[in-house]
Amino acid sequence: MQIKADVGKCQGYGNCVDLDPEHFDLDDDGLVVLLRTSVDEAELEKSGAAVRSCPVQAVWLADDDA
Amino acid sequence: MTPDRIPGRVVIVGTSVGGIRTGQALRAAGYTGEVVLVGAEDVAPYDKPPLSKQVLVGDQAAGDIPLLGPDGWSGDGLTPMLGRAAVRLDPIGKQVILSDGEPVDYDAVVLATGAHPRNIPAPEGYLVRTVRELRDSEAIRAQFSSGGPVVVVGSGFIGAEVASSARQLGLEATILEALPEPFARVLGSEVAARISRLHADAGVSVLGSAAVARVEPLADGTGVVHLADGRRLPAATVVVGIGVVPATAWLADSGLDLDRGVLTDEYCRASGAPDVYAVGDVARWFDVRSGEHRLVEHWTNAVEQANLVAHNLLHPDELRPHAKAPYFWSDQHGLKIQMVGRIHPDDRVSFLRCATTAGDKDVALYSRDGGFSAAVVLGWPRAVVACRQAWERGEDLAQVTGRLAALSTTAIPVPVG
Ligand SMILES: Cc1cc2nc3c(=O)[nH]c(=O)nc-3n(C[C@H](O)[C@H](O)[C@H](O)COP(=O)(O)OP(=O)(O)OC[C@H]3O[C@@H](n4cnc5c(N)ncnc54)[C@H](O)[C@@H]3O)c2cc1C
Ligand code: SF4
Repeated sequence: MQIKADVGKCQGYGNCVDLDPEHFDLDDDGLVVLLRTSVDEAELEKSGAAVRSCPVQAVWLADDDA
Repeated sequence: MTPDRIPGRVVIVGTSVGGIRTGQALRAAGYTGEVVLVGAEDVAPYDKPPLSKQVLVGDQAAGDIPLLGPDGWSGDGLTPMLGRAAVRLDPIGKQVILSDGEPVDYDAVVLATGAHPRNIPAPEGYLVRTVRELRDSEAIRAQFSSGGPVVVVGSGFIGAEVASSARQLGLEATILEALPEPFARVLGSEVAARISRLHADAGVSVLGSAAVARVEPLADGTGVVHLADGRRLPAATVVVGIGVVPATAWLADSGLDLDRGVLTDEYCRASGAPDVYAVGDVARWFDVRSGEHRLVEHWTNAVEQANLVAHNLLHPDELRPHAKAPYFWSDQHGLKIQMVGRIHPDDRVSFLRCATTAGDKDVALYSRDGGFSAAVVLGWPRAVVACRQAWERGEDLAQVTGRLAALSTTAIPVPVG
């Protein structure tokens, strides 16, 4: 799976970073930064929880070919 | 996994963020049984934080704040039963009874009925409002479009956001707080003074020691708010934000342990009956860290507990306790206010001004005997992430200060207030 982000929607709530700091970070303006976009099988639970925890659906998971 | 102990059918009561995220987390974890969502409201599940913000000012409408994925109920693999409230839980027969008497069988049930807003004694009609559901917000928005003044009763976060939205629409707005210091109950005096100033600068009149005696409706649909000390304020809309009551009335004869919420253990399992779980604003869970039961009425808590309950339902031999840092955000007059942790009345408050590439940022740190209790961060989300990690690891004040210093070019203490 791949993580996708729409930085324009991000509100800096930070929930994604809290749950999955290996994929997500915030910059000084409080906007999400993807540290890595690929999610392997073992990481899916964490990254899935992270995207579901975004209050504004600024981050989501997509199939590799999407 | 021990398949024989995995429930075949999970019923979730409540279709807001706690309920929907529990269902989605079950599916994400590969659960293949049936997941039924019982909801009193007959509308597509929507998110609540925008109801006092974007929806009130018209930046977002119902369709912009969905909780389900793009393909709705079926895309998320959830079975909705909407428009009928659950009126009873029978933990022996393992049934949830709906308002028309229909029983819904469960192997496990998740209670996610949230909370109802408190109100003041109000006259008939639409003058006095609370904001909890989409229709409340839509109705207030319609009322705002015919003008102010807006009087907000209570200086909690939702009220403060309503006042901020009213100002954004150019309406006259007043916040009334019965206690002497507005905002202080949650934030303490020092930070409260700062937030009062934010509102005053934005043109909100913030009144302390302002207890409402009654609201008098006038023939033209507007009204007058009478304060206990005799002051009177004209109002086109009165919005009441004086807290919420957990929605447990329907569980009165269930045998569950209820005490201002559904009491659960640290795994969010309700006490008093097997295979019953509770999440979100209705759940008063056992906090191992403090040794007390706690109820946290914030969005992130509901989502964290949803994930936790999905995990615990599917992994009865690897139960996870709820131990995340309490966290919420609030958006007022363009400023993002984010709070982490739990304030104690004896805490000392210090302000730190941190220079970053995005300008100077202020953080209020609450501490007791060198221990870190809580942080209120103004407009600096990056610091919030650091504070949440520090809180969860039990770091002390010096360690948190060190983390904030590492994120800034300089971090200097500034006078409180
Ligand atoms: C206007 C507003 C603004 C907010 N802003 C923020 C914010 O900025 N930041 C933040 O952290 N938090 C915020 N919150 C708090 C956050 O939205 C709540 O913590 C969250 O909604 C709790 O979710 P829940 O699913 O536990 O309960 P609720 O959202 O209260 O949902 C309960 C659901 O259960 C249903 N229900 C109730 N009783 C029954 C029954 N007997 N049978 C069937 N269904 C039933 C209700 O219809 C509802 O759908 C805000 C809340 C409001 C109202
Ligand atoms: S959770 Fe969403 S809003 Fe918050 S930082 Fe991550 S992407 Fe941005």
